[in-house]
Order: sequence, then C-alpha cells, then structure tokens
Amino acid sequence: MTAPKSPILSIKKLDVTFTGGSRPVRAVDSVDLELQRGEVVALLGESGSGKSVTLRSILRLHNEKKTKIDGKIVVDGTDVMTLEGPALAQFRGQTVSMIFQEPMLALDPVYTLGQQIEEAIRKHEPNVSASDARSRAMKLFERVRIPSPERRLDAFPHEMSGGMRQRAMIALALSCSPRILLADEPTTALDATVQVQILLLLRELQHELGLSMIFVTHDIGVAVEVADRVAVMYAGRIVELGPVREVLRSPKHPYTIGLLSTRGHGGKLSGDRLPTIPGSPPDLANLPPGCSFAPRCSKAEDICRQRAPEPSEIIPGHEVRCHLATA
Amino acid sequence: MANQPPLLEIANLTKHFPLKSGLLNRATSVVRAVDGVSFSVAEGETLGIVGESGCGKSTTARLLMHLIEPTSGTIRFRGQTVGTSEMPLKEFRRQVQMVFQDSYASLNPRLTVEDSVSFSPTVHGISRDVAVRRARSLLDRVGLEPKRFAGRYPHELSGGQRQRVNIARALALEPRILILDEAVSALDKSVEAQVLNLLLDLKQEMGLTYLFISHDLEVVRFMSDRVLVMYLGKVAETGPTEALYTDSRHPYTTALLGSLLSMDPDNRRTEAPLAGDPPNPINPPPGCRFHTRCAFAEPVCSSTEPKLASVSTGHEAACLMSIVGSGHSKAPGAAA
Amino acid sequence: MQDVSTGQVVLEPIQRSPGYWATVWTRFKRDPVAVGAGLVVIALVLMAIFAPYIAPQDPYKGMALRRLRPPGTEGYPLGTDELGRDMLSRLIYGARLSLFMGVTPVLMALVAGAAIGITAGYTGGWVNTLLMRIVDIFFAFPSVLLAIALSGALGAGIANGLISLTVVFIPPIARVAESVTTSVRTRDYVEAARASGAGSLAIIRKHVLGNVLGPIFVYAMSLIAVCMILASGLSFLGLGVKPPEPEWGLMLNTLRTAIYTQPLLCALPGLMIFITSIAFNLLTDGLRSAMDLKA
Repeated sequence: MTAPKSPILSIKKLDVTFTGGSRPVRAVDSVDLELQRGEVVALLGESGSGKSVTLRSILRLHNEKKTKIDGKIVVDGTDVMTLEGPALAQFRGQTVSMIFQEPMLALDPVYTLGQQIEEAIRKHEPNVSASDARSRAMKLFERVRIPSPERRLDAFPHEMSGGMRQRAMIALALSCSPRILLADEPTTALDATVQVQILLLLRELQHELGLSMIFVTHDIGVAVEVADRVAVMYAGRIVELGPVREVLRSPKHPYTIGLLSTRGHGGKLSGDRLPTIPGSPPDLANLPPGCSFAPRCSKAEDICRQRAPEPSEIIPGHEVRCHLATA
Repeated sequence: MANQPPLLEIANLTKHFPLKSGLLNRATSVVRAVDGVSFSVAEGETLGIVGESGCGKSTTARLLMHLIEPTSGTIRFRGQTVGTSEMPLKEFRRQVQMVFQDSYASLNPRLTVEDSVSFSPTVHGISRDVAVRRARSLLDRVGLEPKRFAGRYPHELSGGQRQRVNIARALALEPRILILDEAVSALDKSVEAQVLNLLLDLKQEMGLTYLFISHDLEVVRFMSDRVLVMYLGKVAETGPTEALYTDSRHPYTTALLGSLLSMDPDNRRTEAPLAGDPPNPINPPPGCRFHTRCAFAEPVCSSTEPKLASVSTGHEAACLMSIVGSGHSKAPGAAA
Repeated sequence: MQDVSTGQVVLEPIQRSPGYWATVWTRFKRDPVAVGAGLVVIALVLMAIFAPYIAPQDPYKGMALRRLRPPGTEGYPLGTDELGRDMLSRLIYGARLSLFMGVTPVLMALVAGAAIGITAGYTGGWVNTLLMRIVDIFFAFPSVLLAIALSGALGAGIANGLISLTVVFIPPIARVAESVTTSVRTRDYVEAARASGAGSLAIIRKHVLGNVLGPIFVYAMSLIAVCMILASGLSFLGLGVKPPEPEWGLMLNTLRTAIYTQPLLCALPGLMIFITSIAFNLLTDGLRSAMDLKA
C-alpha cells in the first residue's frame, strides 16, 4: 500500500475581505481545502458564495491594496502568499494556470492566438526558440481538437467562434505544462452542445496530463460530469464537502439538499411546483451572526442563529457545517 | 379544447438583416436571422421555444412584439391581422407583453419600482392614481410587499426581485400573452425556482398564455405544454413536450437532448453529440440547414429543404427522414 | 383584477428610498478630493461676487510711479502690474470676468448642443446623420483655431468672445449628447416602454431625459476648465476681453514684458487659471464617480 502523498494544493483558514467599498465585505470565510494530485474538485455555489474569489486568491489575482487575505495557501511546498515579483510570475502559468468564463476577455484582441501562446511559452522558458514555440503551439491546438490548427494559429480571437476560443484559451493555459489547472465557470457562457464538447475535452486532458483541477461552477450537472469531489459554498464558507457520489446521493446540508431538489436530478421535473429555497442570496456586507444560511433554512433552530457551525465529519471524507446534520 | 381558434398565429415570419460594409455602406450580405417561421399558440398554453446561439429565437420574440419590423410574414391575434385596422399596433401591445433577460437593463434606473410598473397603464389613458394602485396590487401579487418595495430603486433590489418587478410591469396592462425571453436565465438556481413557481401561479390565476424562450432544456420541459425547436432561423421540430423529449424526430433535437448533462457520476457523458459551434446565419447551408452537422445526412439533404411534416398528432419535424418519398433512405415508405 | 375608477383613490403611504440625486450627494460627500475641489470653486465664485468688498484697492487705478513692484511691497501684498495697479485687487476682480467667460459659453453650448444631440440620438436615421455630419464639420477644426478665427471675424469684445466660444463648444457637447441618447434609446427599458405602446414624446420625457441629462451636464462641466483657458487665450491674443478690464488671460498678456524682471508677478494670473481649472476638473471627476451608481 502506498503511503498517502501530500496534497498538491492546500488551503488553510483562508479569509478574504474586500476593503475597497463603504463597508468591508467578507467574501471568503475560513475556507479549508486540499487538492490531491490528479484530482478534480468542484467548487459549487451561487452568486456571493465566494467560489470565484477563492480561486483567484490561489493565483493572487486580487488587487493587493483593496483586499485583505489571511490564511495559508501552499502549492507543492511553496507558500503562495510569500511569492513576489519574478517568482510569482513564474508560478502563474507554469505551476498553476487558469481558464476563465469569457474567452474574449482573457485573450488579447490585437494578437493572433499563435503569438499569444508563443509569448507565454517563451516568457516561461526563455531558451525555447521561436520555431520550437510555434510547433509546440501547433501541438497544443491539435491536442485541444481545433480543426485546421495551422490556419487557426494565425487567427485573431474575434475571428473564431465561442467554442473555438474556449479551446484556444485552454491551449494557452496548458502551454507551459502547469501542474494545477483552475477553471472559473469555463462553460457557463457556452451553448449546450458546445458545453458538452468542452467538458469532455477537459476530462480527457486531465486524464492524459495528470492535471489536478479546481473547477468553479454554479451548475450541479457540470460538477457531476467532471469532479471527483465537490465543495458546496455559501456566503463565503464551505458548507459541505465530499466525494461527488456521496454529496449527490446523500446530501447533508439543507442548502445542498435544496439545491439538488430544485434541479430535479434524473431528468424530468414534473408535478405542480418546484421545491424552493425561500429568501434571496446573502448580502455579504451584512451577514447574520451564527450560520449564514439560517435565515433561509426551514430547519433552523436557536443554536443555528447564535453560533456558526464548524465542519464536522459524517463519514471519512464527507464533512458538513451544520449543527443539525450531526445531531 | 381543440377546436378553438389559436390565440396567436404566426405565418412565414421572416427577418433579414442587411450587413453593410464598404465605403457607401452598401448591403453586402444578409443575416437570415428568422427565415419563414410559422407556428400557432393556443389560448392558455405555454409554448416553449428552444435553440442555441444564432437560431433566431430572440429575434422572433422581438418580431412578435413588433419591436423590430418583419421583412415579411403575418401575425394574427384572435384571427385578426396585427398592424392593420383590424388590430392596430397599440391595441396589440395591450394584449402581448414581454419580460426580458437582463433584469437590470429592463428597468429605468431613475424611476422607482412603482413608477416603472405604473407607466404603461398611464400611456393607455388610465389615471395616475388608479395606475399606482394597480401597480401596488401587482407588486403584492408577485411577492414584493408594496410598503417596502414600491418606493425603491432598481439598484437596491436583487436580481430575483428585479425580475419580479419586470413581471409586474408586464402584467400592468392586463395582457393575454406574456413572452418570457430568457427571463430566468440570469438568475441563481434557487431564485429561478421561486420565479418559475410565481409564473405558474400567475398563469393559473389570470388565465395567461406564455411563450417561454430559453436555452435551458430542463426548465422548458418543466414549464411548457408544447415546444418549438429552432435552428438557424427555421423551425426544426415542434410538438407536445413529452413527445418531443422522449421521441424526438429531428436529429438536431436529438443532439440537443443528448447534450444534457447526465447528473449521474457513474454514467457520465462519453461523447458529444455534435461537433463544432452553432453556425452563423449569414450564409446558411443550402438544402436542409442542419445537413452539414447531421449524422444522417445524405446527398438529397443538401439540395432539398425539408418542410415541417407531421410525425404524429401535433408533432412535426422538418427533416427529410420524416417526409414520405423525400428521397432519404430513412424516409417512411422508402425502399428497404 | 378590479379596477376602481370612481371616486377617490386613497393611496397608503409607503417607504420611499432616497432619490437619485440624494444618493449622488451622499456618495459625493464621501470623496474628500471632490469635496475639496468643490469648496475651492465655491470660494472662487464668492470671491468674484464679493470682489468690491474684498479687494483692498481699485483695480483700475494705477500710478506710473509704482509700476511693477514685487510681491511683498508695503501696501501691495502681491505687487503691482505694468500700470501700477494693485495685483491682488486685479486678481480678485479678474475672477469675475474669467469665470464668466469660462462658464457662460459652456452653459449656452449645453442648451444648444444637448438639443441637437438628443434630437439626433433619439430620431436616428438620416436626421441623425445629417445633424451629426454638420456638427462634425465644426468639430474638425482645432478649438483654438476655430475660436480665434470666429473672434477675429466678429471682432474683439466680450460679447463676440462669448459667441465664438459657444460655437466652439456646441459640437463636442452635441456629440456626447447624441451618443448617450443613442445608447439609452437601445436599452431594454426603453424597448419595454415602446412595447407597452408609449409614444415617442412620452418615452423621451419619462425615460430618456432623466437618464441623459445627467451625463451630458457632467461632460459640459468638464469643459469649463478648457473654456476658461481658451477665453484667457483669446484675451491674451487681443481678442475677447479688452484692456483695462481685469481678466487673468489678459493680465498674462499685458505682463509679458516684465517676464525677465518680475517673473513671479507674471506667473500670478497663470496660477489663478491653473487653480481654477484643476478645481473644476476634480469637481467634475468626483461628480462623475458619484453619479455612476453601479460602481
């Protein structure tokens, strides 16, 4: 039996507060997450859940002046929070890379795709010649299944369709062989038939390259398609975490249960009315004391309103933040 | 039920947008956004319209509302042609209203919620006080307590609350038909469910008829009595919801349904039913518009454009495989 | 759905949120730079209004014997100009004409430009094209040259200066008005209003004007600083304001000869122009951020 390997990414007690506006906004509260090598973890949540903020913190993408970050993020032994300057630039793209929701925003409109990929490669590996970089870019395009890759390398982002651009962005993200790929809702803006293609592509690439991935999404269906484990987030906290089968088949947190029931999984939603979670998503500048889901929870009791629950294990690997789930 | 005239009848609706370029801004090519679409909507039903980017469903919605002028085609409301003296435009607009996708952009940021909702009745001659009263009662109906919400501004509300305001605003003229153009697509799932339930309640109470446009196949299945599938400006298939979802006859519909995510970690999707992106409506392929991506395409598909053909009661598909003697090897009655 | 249309309709009181301008004011107050700039502008305006009470001396009276005294001279805290007049008093009185020549043309251009731009923006089509191309013809001339050319053609003097400056500023305001109106016209809420059967006039009144006038006004305000400098430039060149009127630009011109002997003296009117234009610019920036509610 092999000894348990250390996780490739470890987030401990991550707190992210935005100080730019009139009141400080606690976007991420005390998040603990580990990513094993070759694993895919989905961060599932709605607006205000803190999933994208968590992801961006790993690459230190927030405005340093307006953001207060506490906690530890360790990637393969390196503390991300201590990286500066060239070390940070090296880290981004070569160790950890990211794909975004809107490829038009992530790709530079005035350079061809080939130029952008070659630039990325040569920035991280200065010894690579221009022609080598180009052939690597070609191979990447082939890998992400872009038809006529030779021609597409010389295309500009606006000349390509949405699905092609998303593939190009994946190619760009993988150009320096990162170990971890972060995906921030990469298929949300895509049509259904294209979404399936991209999800399958990502799964394939993940297997082939042994990538570890964190996949942010608001769609449970997407999480089920790609993830090994899923972390459900609400108001900046992880409220449930576990293997995707576990969470899907026996959800323990009332929010997860609510989310799954509105999606009527298994296909058809029939009958008169959809089951709903009452109320609206939380106002992060104005969180209630205690459990942040309590105002919308049908099972809330006094203890829920007074004290925020800590994570507790249901079975090994499946944990939940709820006073009542473990009662 | 079956013998009532349809509430809304659309015949051969077409909208071509000229693309202008060059020095003199001359039309060099044409975007065939909607190309000869015909369907009807019965009173009291919900017709779902689905399709991907470029299919023309949003353009169809705007054509129905007469927010853009159709290139050709007719719209008939209760048998009367819209835009003529039988049914003048202003009168038609009392009968059909729309809820848009972007809840923030649909509301004038400088008007309070009740001002926004009470505006349209005042345009049709109702006094301001009565209009405000109606607005408040509608706000109450959609779940927004007038005392707390009527005096607020759009930026103070959440997405779901704004969409409720938009629904109240659409209902202010007491229309018969409500067009919901991706009305819940931008909302969080938990809020979406609330708004969908509200729409169902309102439909029952007020005897409304809905046109539910969405890209989300599951939601459309839940909401609709009948569904229309659009592809590149044309109707690919139409029929009762369950018939379409369980026995789809157009390969595009089948592909769309095959793209739904499995929700089963042990049975994940292993292949994508369609390759490539939805094409551009500028130069649609000749013959059947779907033939370039269709797994069942044969030479006849690139030369003959299929018309909507009946597959069973109320279920039609525009595919040569469903048309008797069309020349396709899988058509009914073809030589084995 | 009942519809009571007889008798009185009694509406219950509801909570009302602070209106748009109240919200803008609250946001504006929180910006120290903008508030500071606003106070400076107010101070300058008050200085202009109360000039007769503040200025120690008569700005028109000078003694040849006391020409070009440096700042700090007894009785003349900021020195005297080339005709022996007290600089401090001239600077204080100068605020009147300088501000007047800076603000008035912009106000007049605002009225004319907004009218042209909003009409063009809302109507669209060939009317828009026609109006905007005419505007573009004027816009093609560099503003300084246009102002000089018009002033030169009309002759010197305040009234002519005002006219030529107004003409210079109508095109940019009309352009901004047209683009803002076009973008508002295509918004969903205007489409929704059209979809409910409202006519153009009702839509303009209720939906367009309220959303369009604010940005146009703020843009016009940002032009005040430019207009002031242009007006000063015109006076410097001998067009616009004529001597012996105290006006900062004119003073820069007449003090030119002393630039090697009394450089500090020459810089003073320029300093006033500088302070005033920066204050207006910062004020407009602050207003613009305060008005952008979504941010």
